[in-house]
Amino acid sequence: MASQFDVIILGGGPAGYVAAIRSAQLGMSTAVIEKDKLGGVCVNIGCIPTKALLHSAYIARLLREAKEFGIEAGAVKTDYGVAMQRSRKVSDQNSKGVEFLMKKNKVTVVKGSGVLLPGRKVKVGGDSYEAKRAVIIATGSRVKGLPQIGLEINKTTVISSDEALFLEKAPASLAIIGAGAVGMEFADIFHAFGTKVTLIEALPRILPLEDPEASDALAKSYKKRGIDVIPAAKVKKGTAGKDKVTLEVEANGATQKLEVATVLMAAGRAVNTENIGLAECGVQVTERGFIKVDAGLQTTAPGYYAIGDVAGPPMLAHKGMREGVTVTELLAGKKPHAIRYDNVPSVTYCHPEVASIGLTEDQCKERKLDYVAGRFPFSANGRARGTGETEGFVKILRDKTYGEILGAHIVGGHASEIIHELAVARENEYTVEEVELAIHAHPTMSEAVAQAALDSLGRVVDM
Amino acid sequence: MATNVYMEALSPTMEEGRVAKWHKRDGDAVKTGETLAEVETDKAVMDLVARADGVLRQVAVAEGQTVPVGSVVAVIAAPGENVSAPSATPPPGPAGKGKRETGNAAVATAPAPVTVTALSAPPTDATRVKASPLARRMAKETGVDLKLVTGSGPGGRVVKKDLERAPTTAPAATFPVSRFPFPDRPGAPYDDVPLTQIRKTIAKRLATSLGPIPHFFLTTEVDMERASEARDALNKQLGDRGKVSFNDIVIKATALALGTHRACNAWFQEDHIRYWNEVHIGMAVAVEDGLITPVIRSADLKSLGEIGREAKDLAEKARNRRLQPNEYTGATFSVSNLGMFDIDQFTAVINPPEAGIIAVGSIVQKPVVLDGQVTARRRVRLTMSCDHRVIDGATGAAFLQTLKQMLENPLAMLL
Repeated sequence: MASQFDVIILGGGPAGYVAAIRSAQLGMSTAVIEKDKLGGVCVNIGCIPTKALLHSAYIARLLREAKEFGIEAGAVKTDYGVAMQRSRKVSDQNSKGVEFLMKKNKVTVVKGSGVLLPGRKVKVGGDSYEAKRAVIIATGSRVKGLPQIGLEINKTTVISSDEALFLEKAPASLAIIGAGAVGMEFADIFHAFGTKVTLIEALPRILPLEDPEASDALAKSYKKRGIDVIPAAKVKKGTAGKDKVTLEVEANGATQKLEVATVLMAAGRAVNTENIGLAECGVQVTERGFIKVDAGLQTTAPGYYAIGDVAGPPMLAHKGMREGVTVTELLAGKKPHAIRYDNVPSVTYCHPEVASIGLTEDQCKERKLDYVAGRFPFSANGRARGTGETEGFVKILRDKTYGEILGAHIVGGHASEIIHELAVARENEYTVEEVELAIHAHPTMSEAVAQAALDSLGRVVDM
Repeated sequence: MATNVYMEALSPTMEEGRVAKWHKRDGDAVKTGETLAEVETDKAVMDLVARADGVLRQVAVAEGQTVPVGSVVAVIAAPGENVSAPSATPPPGPAGKGKRETGNAAVATAPAPVTVTALSAPPTDATRVKASPLARRMAKETGVDLKLVTGSGPGGRVVKKDLERAPTTAPAATFPVSRFPFPDRPGAPYDDVPLTQIRKTIAKRLATSLGPIPHFFLTTEVDMERASEARDALNKQLGDRGKVSFNDIVIKATALALGTHRACNAWFQEDHIRYWNEVHIGMAVAVEDGLITPVIRSADLKSLGEIGREAKDLAEKARNRRLQPNEYTGATFSVSNLGMFDIDQFTAVINPPEAGIIAVGSIVQKPVVLDGQVTARRRVRLTMSCDHRVIDGATGAAFLQTLKQMLENPLAMLL
């Protein structure tokens, strides 16, 4: 195996493997070092398997509601173990897909844990590899949990998503601590598989980073479905027994005792920056622990670059993927489009889905922007009525003077797919008017986007 | 009349083009719209088409040769027309249109006697301004001409950010040359004047043409007879209390001249020009392994004796590397003197963000015709380097003329 490459990438997750492919496309000899499976957390224990499980949950719910649509499905039985096995297959297929892409693009894959050495070198076991142009650090992040609340992840009764994805059976009862994307998605999954779910969030509302209207819509939907939602809650004490966990949760001025079979810690991630030789190479980290990078994603050590979760928030696969493209194009002497970190879509794949881009209404207020909110509920959308997905809305925040789309928030079926119309619009600086002018097929969920744009202009048609 | 054939910008990012193949040869008849040559751009092979009817002549670029956008590659002449060298008129604005549109016209009508057009502004495609819908709307409502805004988006597209930088006031702020120095210092040490669109366009074009700072140079020869006499008299008067050098006289005169030409006493600040109401002269001093420019502050208000003492003190500190940062920063204009090395004349490099520097040669006796008689006079050649983004030809020349008059009649400095 060659020991010299133009570009060496440490980590084969979404940021790393995309960087590797683009690097190879640009004619640079490229190696990826991966200690585990290609595809990283996303493909193996993150985005991909959860989407598979969420679809199982979706089918379960559809079948339960099927009678109304004229279909008798009888008593719906669920088996988390089978769903889990299917999700593993999906992950494996994806990981193999990445392997294939590495081969197709003639990227050398080195299995093992890489440690950076000065002089753009990386050591893997006894071997040393040298990068002629750059070493790209894409080591990603991992589940951290919240040790400060007295509950250590013991992998049996107190688990993280890493274990939840491999359970053979859905627990009888589950308390999820943290109602961000991970907590919301697992609440949805396990509830569909018959688990009694309690969702605990420290901040005043679930999905705290989303627009308050999105949080409210999801809180309502979850409660209606029978998921207990406790916002503004503080876990005062947690005692993990052999087959149960007792939690003391303070919320609304009262303390309640919760006894559950399992606790899922769904808050906190740590970046993988330890023991990879950062300090030895002069790669500095920020106060928050991310690797310090400049606008060109170069670290404080010349010739060493960082992308993906280690390079800073938002810790999202698609943000890392874009950085992977940008950094390699820069290395190849191209002038890539500057990454607009304010235009990274954020999606939670629970039901109904939540997707957003740009500013929330609170942020518009904080920045004292002169804005107008346009809204359109899916309950007034023909397609949504037909499919019975009338929960949720499209909300567009536009600048009052120029019509710039400051932010967009979608709650509803397929929100994760609908949001991209607004991502394209924002990336190209279309105003609400250009969005509305594009003819939207009827009947579609996407019509709600055009209607929300119209509503922001004061001339909504369908409501 | 012959029409020049230019290397056109066939793609938004194209800066040069390679003539891959001529479809027409010297002497061939061509019609408007006919393909003259295939041109390889940064992106693809495109056709360069004729913009006039006639006969192709003066093919100046061989197949395989690469030339910058805006270069004349041939001429289309009327049949039988005698064409000599390609004329130096600027290339047409839009590719595909014969007449020049505002984008370039604005440059051509710059109130500068210097030939801005000679810098061959690349023919921008003025028929299609690339701008985002949001930028278009902002431009429309704020009255900004998008053609004059530099786009930073994909493919040079004008985006919101570019308009937030653009000043929205349409009328160009003109800077009349002040007739008087500033007898009383006004409150503010300087005035920040936003770059007008034309100033911005000039800045951009010139900066891309000649490196980061677009220099131009003006030279004048100054008679130093009377300055020499004055210096001798002053030094006799001063005795042991120091000496006045020619350089001190040049510094003083420069400072005073700047007082009446504040357009030259300025800093280029990327999006605005800072016109200083104070005059601080940087004085280039050679040190062991380079040079440094200590500053004589408010040189216009100091006497020659003061300037002489200060200059001597600063030069000594500079050589001993004992200058404090505040002693070598903040100059508004500089003077560099290589006279002691018998240099007749030279050009000095501007010390950014200053907009000008005077290079002083050696004072030499020369035969000069004076009142019909050839006499020997002491003469010095001064060369001013100007940052064209700030100083136009006439502005610099007017300043240099005042400086020359002051040096030739040192008593004027007392006025």
